Amino acid sequence: MKHSFVALKNISHIFSNGFQVVADVSLTISGGEFVALVGRSGVGKSTLLRLMAGLFVPTQGEVMLDNQPAHHTQEPVGLVFQKDNLLPWRTVQGNVHLPLEIQGQSQKSTHQRIITLLDLVGLAGYAHHYPAQLSGGMAQRVALARALVHEPSLLLLDEPFGALDALTREKMGQELLRIWQLLPVTVCMVTHSIPEAVLLADRVLVLNGQPGTITADISIDLPRPRTLEMEGTSEFYGYAAAIRAAIE
Amino acid sequence: MLTRLRRQPSWLTFLLSFLLLLFAWQMVVVWGNYDRFILPGPYDVAQQFKVVWQDGRLPKHTWITFSEVIPGLFIGIAFATPLGYLLSKSPFVARLVSPYLIASQAIPIIAIAPLLTIWVRSTYWSRVLVAVIVVFFPILINVVAGLRSVPVEQYELFHSLRASRWQIFRKLELPAALPILLAGLKVGATLSVIGALVGEFVQPKSEGLGFLLVTARYQFKTDLVFVVIVTLGVMALLLYGVVSLLEWWLLRWQTFAHGRKV
Ligand SMILES: Nc1ncnc2c1ncn2[C@@H]1O[C@H](COP(=O)(O)OP(=O)(O)O)[C@@H](O)[C@H]1O
Ligand SMILES: [Mg+2]
Repeated sequence: MKHSFVALKNISHIFSNGFQVVADVSLTISGGEFVALVGRSGVGKSTLLRLMAGLFVPTQGEVMLDNQPAHHTQEPVGLVFQKDNLLPWRTVQGNVHLPLEIQGQSQKSTHQRIITLLDLVGLAGYAHHYPAQLSGGMAQRVALARALVHEPSLLLLDEPFGALDALTREKMGQELLRIWQLLPVTVCMVTHSIPEAVLLADRVLVLNGQPGTITADISIDLPRPRTLEMEGTSEFYGYAAAIRAAIE
Repeated sequence: MLTRLRRQPSWLTFLLSFLLLLFAWQMVVVWGNYDRFILPGPYDVAQQFKVVWQDGRLPKHTWITFSEVIPGLFIGIAFATPLGYLLSKSPFVARLVSPYLIASQAIPIIAIAPLLTIWVRSTYWSRVLVAVIVVFFPILINVVAGLRSVPVEQYELFHSLRASRWQIFRKLELPAALPILLAGLKVGATLSVIGALVGEFVQPKSEGLGFLLVTARYQFKTDLVFVVIVTLGVMALLLYGVVSLLEWWLLRWQTFAHGRKV
């Protein structure tokens, strides 16, 4: 087991308008694990992710991050949405620097780290560009770099590649895997793509129903490093079919 | 001809249109054969300008009005900004004060201004206060609109990074709201001149460009009225220009937002 782990204990969440999104969800994610969360839209995947990030306090139950309640911890997490969510008035470098700035580290002392990270996500030379000058895929790489720069132990991704074209999406998935293997980070990723979930994750959780509950927890025992060629194997196809069947 | 004019620098276009305007004005005066008290020509106005400039009345009253406009603008901003922040953060405060704020806008400032001169002992500060009141509402509205324009996901990003309230204000809310805030400031800057003027109008013992305007009208010095009007216009334009410059500086990043993609 590597770093922090996430534990949700009998989580139910009801929004202020009385709508119950999720009911009695329990799950644990071990340190360093890569977990994918799939399910129909509106089933409560984003809500679960926000609960893990400590953005919502659950109506019932407890969300623990490294044995601390998620909404109390001062430990920052990495967060990436479908939209890049970059601050348009900051350059690429300024955006990536934000998490460090919030921790009180100056741009000067972290400059080298940012440049190295930009290199890692394939954006060397774009430090001084503004978000509006980037393509969708590039902007999403910046968002990923920003989510990793402060070396969070937990990276939460909400359909991070959902707005990208198929080819860019595959490429970004491979890059994410490469980065995940380099860093001691636990990943929980919401995705709509079953192949993507199988190819990237150690485990795939399936959320179903209204209110949503976890109805399947499928371990993907494909060897690592995973490559795109694996998508053609019967083993891969078997996992994909099992997940497909688990989504009601 | 028009296409060639379009390619000229904007100051040249402005100069040409300005000369054309003066010419048309002079023509109207000449053809209509108007009396100087009804409609003075540009030349009469220029003459009068020279007179009041040299006898020191114009600089004096301009300075007085200007010294009301600037504090009026800043005090207006200083009150409207925190209240706008509170309004957008607290639904309770919004419910509490919104009806009064909106109702207050239905009352014309010219109706309240005489009251203020009764209530505020200092004639100077009562005029500043009128400017403050006029500036207050548009700034407030824009602060609220600016803060509402911040996307929820960006707040969530800052919360996930465990940013403090102050950091959220300084690094997210302020820069995100700035474009709308500055638009409000432009409106406020020009309105502050009107506010100060109204304050000067309603005081029996007054000073400033408003006072000069009223006196000139009573004395049928229509050319002096024109001098004051032009001075007021220039003052409002200057303030607007300063805010525009500030906007250009603070929102430099926006030039990239409209630029080409890589
Ligand atoms: N703040 C909120 N208040 C009320 N209902 C909400 C709120 N946020 C989300 N919902 C509702 O909760 C359900 C689940 O939303 P979400 O977690 O975004 O689903 P998913 O990410 O799986 O598509 C949806 O029906 C949505 O309309
Ligand atoms: Mg969602």
